Amino acid sequence: MPEAVVECRAVVKRFGRRVAVDGLDLAVPAGSCFGLLGPNGAGKTTTLRMIYGVAPPSSGEIRVFGLDVGREARAVRARIGVTLQENALIEPLSPVENLRIFARYHLLSRSEREARIEEILDFLDLRAFAAVPVAKLSGGFKRRLAIGLSLVSRPELLILDEPTTGLDPAVRLALWERIRELRDSGTTVLLTTHYMDEAERLCDRIAILAAGRVVAEGAPARLIRETLAAEALELELAPHAEREVLGEQGGVPRVRSGRHLTLYVADAGELLQSLRRRGGAAASLRAVVRPTNLEDLFLHHTGMRLEAGEDGLGAADGPRA
Amino acid sequence: MSVSPRHALAVWYRNFAMYRRTWKLNVLPNFFEPLLYLASIGIGVGAYVQGMGGTSYVAFLAPGLVAVSAMNGASFEVTYNSFVRLNYEKTYESMLTTPVQPDDLLAGEVLWAVTRASIYGGCFFAAVAAVGLAPFPSSLWALPVIPLTGLLFAALGIAFSLRITSMDLFSFYFTLFLTPLFLFSDVFFPLEERLAGGWLTLAEALPLLHPVRLMRHAFRGEGGLVLLWDALYVLVLSGALLVLAARTIRRRLGS
Repeated sequence: MPEAVVECRAVVKRFGRRVAVDGLDLAVPAGSCFGLLGPNGAGKTTTLRMIYGVAPPSSGEIRVFGLDVGREARAVRARIGVTLQENALIEPLSPVENLRIFARYHLLSRSEREARIEEILDFLDLRAFAAVPVAKLSGGFKRRLAIGLSLVSRPELLILDEPTTGLDPAVRLALWERIRELRDSGTTVLLTTHYMDEAERLCDRIAILAAGRVVAEGAPARLIRETLAAEALELELAPHAEREVLGEQGGVPRVRSGRHLTLYVADAGELLQSLRRRGGAAASLRAVVRPTNLEDLFLHHTGMRLEAGEDGLGAADGPRA
Repeated sequence: MSVSPRHALAVWYRNFAMYRRTWKLNVLPNFFEPLLYLASIGIGVGAYVQGMGGTSYVAFLAPGLVAVSAMNGASFEVTYNSFVRLNYEKTYESMLTTPVQPDDLLAGEVLWAVTRASIYGGCFFAAVAAVGLAPFPSSLWALPVIPLTGLLFAALGIAFSLRITSMDLFSFYFTLFLTPLFLFSDVFFPLEERLAGGWLTLAEALPLLHPVRLMRHAFRGEGGLVLLWDALYVLVLSGALLVLAARTIRRRLGS
């Protein structure tokens, strides 16, 4: 594995008596796109804040580019770019003016500044709105600009806190493409997201956080393969009918959410056929056969119980935060 | 505290760039307020006031109001504006993702408040001078007092703004702190003629009193040891408040 750009060892963060991060170990390999996944309150944003050196950990060690972030915050932040969850833009000013102000925080010279702004306007398709007050831009363009601000210093590490939350599908696709390009040109990307499709398409590696700890870490496809069966069978099936319909399939790992039951098996099509052959209620089941995905893995790790056949035991109705 | 001047200037520039765009909206009301007082109280009420030691009442009023306009310029910046940048616009949070450190941020904010105080105080001084109320050249000594006044009220305001969690508390700051200062700090009447000894000593605690006294002495072209005390008061209190504010800002943003 290439050297780690970010290394967290046994990191703990307490706010009073609340433990937000509870013994976190993490290594973000250079040149990768790394995703931090987890339900709300799992400690994702707190972890990022510690990594870029704004919030000191209560205990544990964090190194970025091999430097101790607590001691060398300024040196570390000169080499990283951060996009916060909420856009912090100056609404009465234009994108160019916003970029100029941000470039000054990095002490870029005038010529560096202007050249870099030109590049960013092109890279994020902001040129048409370069001189318009930010207040008049759509949500998608505001988000582009927020990401653009974090790129002014040509960061070696780009930290994105929920980069595409609340954006329409076209904007998300465009941003993913840009993030991929950055990764391909050598920038290490560390992002948090609630969107499993985003993590699956974008991230080389992911870590799933729950209650301030890493509960799973690795390449998404491999993690899914190692944790769950290859395919999922989704059924609309009330809890009381479960035993009757599934019969001797009681041992298959499954997850229930209300009337919605998902079973994880190697060959979901075959399972569905065998259920249908039994006739009765099973013959008219509404069913979907699909490959197991990151969402299944996420639910598996963050709250919904996978059940190995305890009869009629309904799992939680959603991931527990 | 350890401030990187270039980073502090970058923070200053942020506010300057914003101000350049919006000054017409927020300069005018604050700037006109002391002018209105000068016209109404100075000329209107002043017509009935005798015995200001040889000067007209409006001439007595002018130096104090220069200090007041500097106070206003700084105060608006570090109260509502700073509060919004900290709590709503996440400006400080985003600055701290860059090499800007909390101390730079504080220094930049204060420097900007001093700048704005200087713009207000300077314009007001120019207006007062234009109508012949600032005797030259002695009143030029008032010019360094303007940023000094700005510094004091920038420090007071930012120390307050960083500690509160609700914007509603600014009405206390303005109505129960700045307004009484405005009314009872030698601006409208000479305190030493109205207060008995003990109270007069107590009045030395009032922050606005000191810039006003410095300003008035400058206008009159008078010196005195008391001015050293005034300058010392302003510098020491500002310094202490800024150290306190630096601690608060690190706690507010760095946890």
